[in-house]
Amino acid sequence: MTRTAGAIAGGLLLAGLLFPIYRMIVASITPDPSLATAPLVPAVFSLEHYRALFDERDFLIPIRNSLVVAGATTAFAMPLAATCAYALARLRIRGRGLILSIMLAVSMFPQIAIVGPLYLILRELHLLNTYPGLVLPYLTFSTPLAVWLLTAFFRQLPRDLEEAAMIDGASRMRAAWDVVLPLAAPGIASAAILTFLYCWNEFLFALSFTLGPERYTVPVSIMLFRSRYQIPWGEVLAATVVASIPVVILVLTCQRRIVAGLSAGASKG
Amino acid sequence: MAALLIAPAAGLIAIVALLPIAATVWEALHGHDLRLPWLGRPFVGLGNFVEAAGDPRFVEAVLHTVLFAVVSVPIEIALGLALALVMHRALRGRGAIRVAALLPWTVPTVVAALIWRFMFEAYSTTAFDWFVHPLAAWVPIIAADVWKTTPFVAILMLAGLQTIDPALDEAARIDGAGPLRRFVTITLPLLGPALVVATAFRALDALRLFDLVYVMTGGGPGTATEPLSLYAFVVLMQRLRFGYGAALSITVFLLTFAFALIWIRTIGRSLTSDHA
Repeated sequence: MTRTAGAIAGGLLLAGLLFPIYRMIVASITPDPSLATAPLVPAVFSLEHYRALFDERDFLIPIRNSLVVAGATTAFAMPLAATCAYALARLRIRGRGLILSIMLAVSMFPQIAIVGPLYLILRELHLLNTYPGLVLPYLTFSTPLAVWLLTAFFRQLPRDLEEAAMIDGASRMRAAWDVVLPLAAPGIASAAILTFLYCWNEFLFALSFTLGPERYTVPVSIMLFRSRYQIPWGEVLAATVVASIPVVILVLTCQRRIVAGLSAGASKG
Repeated sequence: MAALLIAPAAGLIAIVALLPIAATVWEALHGHDLRLPWLGRPFVGLGNFVEAAGDPRFVEAVLHTVLFAVVSVPIEIALGLALALVMHRALRGRGAIRVAALLPWTVPTVVAALIWRFMFEAYSTTAFDWFVHPLAAWVPIIAADVWKTTPFVAILMLAGLQTIDPALDEAARIDGAGPLRRFVTITLPLLGPALVVATAFRALDALRLFDLVYVMTGGGPGTATEPLSLYAFVVLMQRLRFGYGAALSITVFLLTFAFALIWIRTIGRSLTSDHA
């Protein structure tokens, strides 16, 4: 492959990746009459869809719900996962391979396989349509995922420093807290970002365990914009733009961390 | 102390994930209809699975799920590899390329589904509507899936590419091997493990397909694009037949499990032993 051919292929691939996002943004600022023809270049510019989104549809409520659920899940999962991953990476444990395999298997579970019982359990506990009623199910995939990622990270850290600290008289807990934790901060950040992204994007559990607009998360709420006969595309696409803003911010600021997290998760299989 | 550190996470996972899986198996062996509570939960053995075997909608849903995986995953692997090569060789603008590649992967699946539905509706006419034709309706679904997951494959491939010693490629180039020859005989074999892992992740994800179809076609026209997860969801959450729905969702689980087992036993083992 010559350099030019490679550059052209690369350009085409990148154009293909970015074109749908461009279409989404253009459509979201195109007022309704011209939206029917779906122009490639905006002839008229209008924020009417965004205004409708926040004034008429109260889109701040699903945004708040999604932030609370994704944030709380990440906040619960990370300390649990970090302690578990540290033990799996550093201590002598029988059946470590088995535990790690179970973690990976659970994080790859088809979610539909547990929707039924979770629904019955949450109904019994009166947790349907509540924040804990979503955080608990979200822990099913986020905790094992975080354990898996963090175990890979902890293994990459050199042992020398914590061993030195322990020789100097620090307990293992103290060494873990004062020496390992600061070193592992980037890894923990990667795992936390990925956990947050998965929760922000989750759809099936949110669809099954929320019952009304006061607890709908962003994906469920956008999905239910449609009426029986038509989809209000302007508002829907304005909503998709808004729903993408947090992830775009994360991508722009943390691209290296995300790539590192994904690569670590896939290595050492 | 190890047990003390592991217990919280392991206990949580046992309660919120493993227990419900066991409950699903138990439900699948019982008749349980939330709309007919007076029937209770009689034990029906494999009755629900027998019913599934004779349910044409179930059989079609299995076929849809497997065909979707068979068609979409190879496209994603091929394009992901191409994108990884572009990212790997880029001399300038690596950060910009990485951001562009990460965006589709990070937007919510529901968002991806809606964007692609919008685009395909724009390219539909009254004479030909992508979402009315039973086979054509798969095209937007597969397009959206490929768009969203190619970057994920690319990132795994990129990590693989970066572990390959450039001296190997250089030596082959000096010996007169052309770019295609070097790619086929050096890069591709050394990427083996990364390819195996990426394919496994993608296939497992494709076999539990739900969000994209639910949003883009609702399984339609009719049930022409309905995958297994969606049919199980309909039976569970709309018909409220929890026993039968559990049996259907167990088959999703079995499908992914069977794939994982076969994949590890055959391709995974042969490749990792070659290049370990």
